[in-house]
Amino acid sequence: MATLTAPRRTPGANVSLPQTRNKKRGGARAPGERSLIASPTTWFVWAGAAAFFIFLIGILVSVVVDSLGKPWFDTWLPENFTTGWYQGAWTQFDLTHIIGVTLIVAASVVVLSVLIGGPASYVLARSDFPGKQLIMALFLLPIVIPPITYGIPLATVMFNFGLGRTLLAVILVNLVPSVPFVIVTMTPFIEQISPSIENAARMCGASMGQVFARVLTPLLIPGILAASILVLVRTVGMFDLTFLVSGPESETLVVALYRAMTSSGGATPRALISAMSVVYTAMMLVILVVALRFINPTQLVAQVKEVRDD
Amino acid sequence: MSAPTIGRLKATKSTASLQHRLAEHGIDKKLLMLLPAVVFAVALFLYPFAYGIGLTFQPLSVTQQRWGGGIFANYVAFFKDSFVFDSVWITMRLALPAALFNVLISIPIAFKLRRKFHGKRFMSSLLVLPITLGTVLTAQGLLIFAGRQGWLNRFLIQIGLIDQPLTLVNNYLGVFFSLIISGLPFAYLLISSYLSGIDPALEAAARTLGADWKQRFRRVVLPLLAPGLATTFILTFVLAFSVFPSARLVGDPGGATRVMALMAYRAFGEQIDYSMASTIAIMMGLIELVVIAVVLLWRSFLYKGSTGGKG
Repeated sequence: MATLTAPRRTPGANVSLPQTRNKKRGGARAPGERSLIASPTTWFVWAGAAAFFIFLIGILVSVVVDSLGKPWFDTWLPENFTTGWYQGAWTQFDLTHIIGVTLIVAASVVVLSVLIGGPASYVLARSDFPGKQLIMALFLLPIVIPPITYGIPLATVMFNFGLGRTLLAVILVNLVPSVPFVIVTMTPFIEQISPSIENAARMCGASMGQVFARVLTPLLIPGILAASILVLVRTVGMFDLTFLVSGPESETLVVALYRAMTSSGGATPRALISAMSVVYTAMMLVILVVALRFINPTQLVAQVKEVRDD
Repeated sequence: MSAPTIGRLKATKSTASLQHRLAEHGIDKKLLMLLPAVVFAVALFLYPFAYGIGLTFQPLSVTQQRWGGGIFANYVAFFKDSFVFDSVWITMRLALPAALFNVLISIPIAFKLRRKFHGKRFMSSLLVLPITLGTVLTAQGLLIFAGRQGWLNRFLIQIGLIDQPLTLVNNYLGVFFSLIISGLPFAYLLISSYLSGIDPALEAAARTLGADWKQRFRRVVLPLLAPGLATTFILTFVLAFSVFPSARLVGDPGGATRVMALMAYRAFGEQIDYSMASTIAIMMGLIELVVIAVVLLWRSFLYKGSTGGKG
């Protein structure tokens, strides 16, 4: 077979290969060599990226400047600088309380969703049972359906049960997308652990509980961290669901910000809101910087294979 | 299996045998660990959802009198009240272009950032930065930066490109910008991770065989990447479709950006009409699922299988 096809293929390849290369790349360049003039796509990409960054930095800097400026109307920069807006925002909106609520909600949601979602993702990663597809669909739906769609009926139920505007309602509502999120994030991590490790532990006489506590959990720390951090970031940033059920005593920072911005008549000075947004971003930034020390965001979907510099 | 083993199995108690037989079908004690999550999903997701659907068939008497249709009055109102129904098109006009733009722009960026170069880490951290901003700061920043008095207009006037400040906020464009700023990093992260799942050896092989970059992209990488692109499109579309705070803050909530989420919230929070709010909310979910189903259908015709780089 090989002897038959080989003579037929070789001449064709020999002829066509240099031809295409010469035609398309406009010159006799060695395969590894790169052209000095960047291609139009490269320029396009860099121009697009530059526009994006100009907007991004412009937005960020103008909010920071606004939060520090005394009066800033139609000049390039404010006339004077002050930190008074931060003090004002802190006292007027009771930021200590709001940040406290935000952290309590976020921490409870992380712990509960890992405790509920972790075991479930273990079963989904390891066992095959009738109705598995159905269960998977049940867990995937809250991620795909817009939060408002299930948020409004859920909030109605919460108000009927007298839970509306409480901290508990905010935590419960935030669990709805978080538990499926933990399941989706942790399943690949569990699949990577060889079942023979568990079997070995069982052979040595460990009970199922011991296997979990002493073998699986330590191995799963990266997965648990990744899931927790993602849930943390999502919960702190979650607007729609929290907004629907929270009251004045149970609102998180995002919701407080939105309420301040839409309060009737524009009674809140713009700079006060800017100061609050900077506090919010600083908080998120701290969380994200801590997060990125533990996980590489591009590793979430597939294992990264380092690309050669070709 | 030898005869003595079967004999021993049969000799044990019938419950053990049943347990054993169930275990062979994958039903054993391990499944109990699934219980909390299932109970949770049923109590906090399925039950409220079913309740909400039930609620849509209990319209307020005001709705019934105005639109008729008995228990279907909410649905009649949804389709006949042009003020409500127009919000479907408004949402689509905003979400579809924004999602498409985010995916299409992310492809070349993910490609360029794939290879190592100086400052790559800085670039990718900058791309992830908007996640920390949140919708409200983005809205606030857009209002200040791109507003009539903002730096952007000031700069464009200064260099003589325009005479009058451009209206970039409090309209369709404002929300579109905000959707790109929040959606692009997300699309980029997903696409670059799908891209890293494609074995570079495949491209190297195509290159060895003389394919130029256009051919390599069209014939090798794109078919492998397409399912990932479909998924990314769906996820960014979901994000853009349920846009709510930015439509209110940087948009024109009475006109060009009167999206479905705003209408649903208006019925819920301002008119206290829970049944109409649930109707809009559930129609919103349905319309979104239709778009997703179309994309998934298209995806099912694409290449499925190993991309060589996983694991």
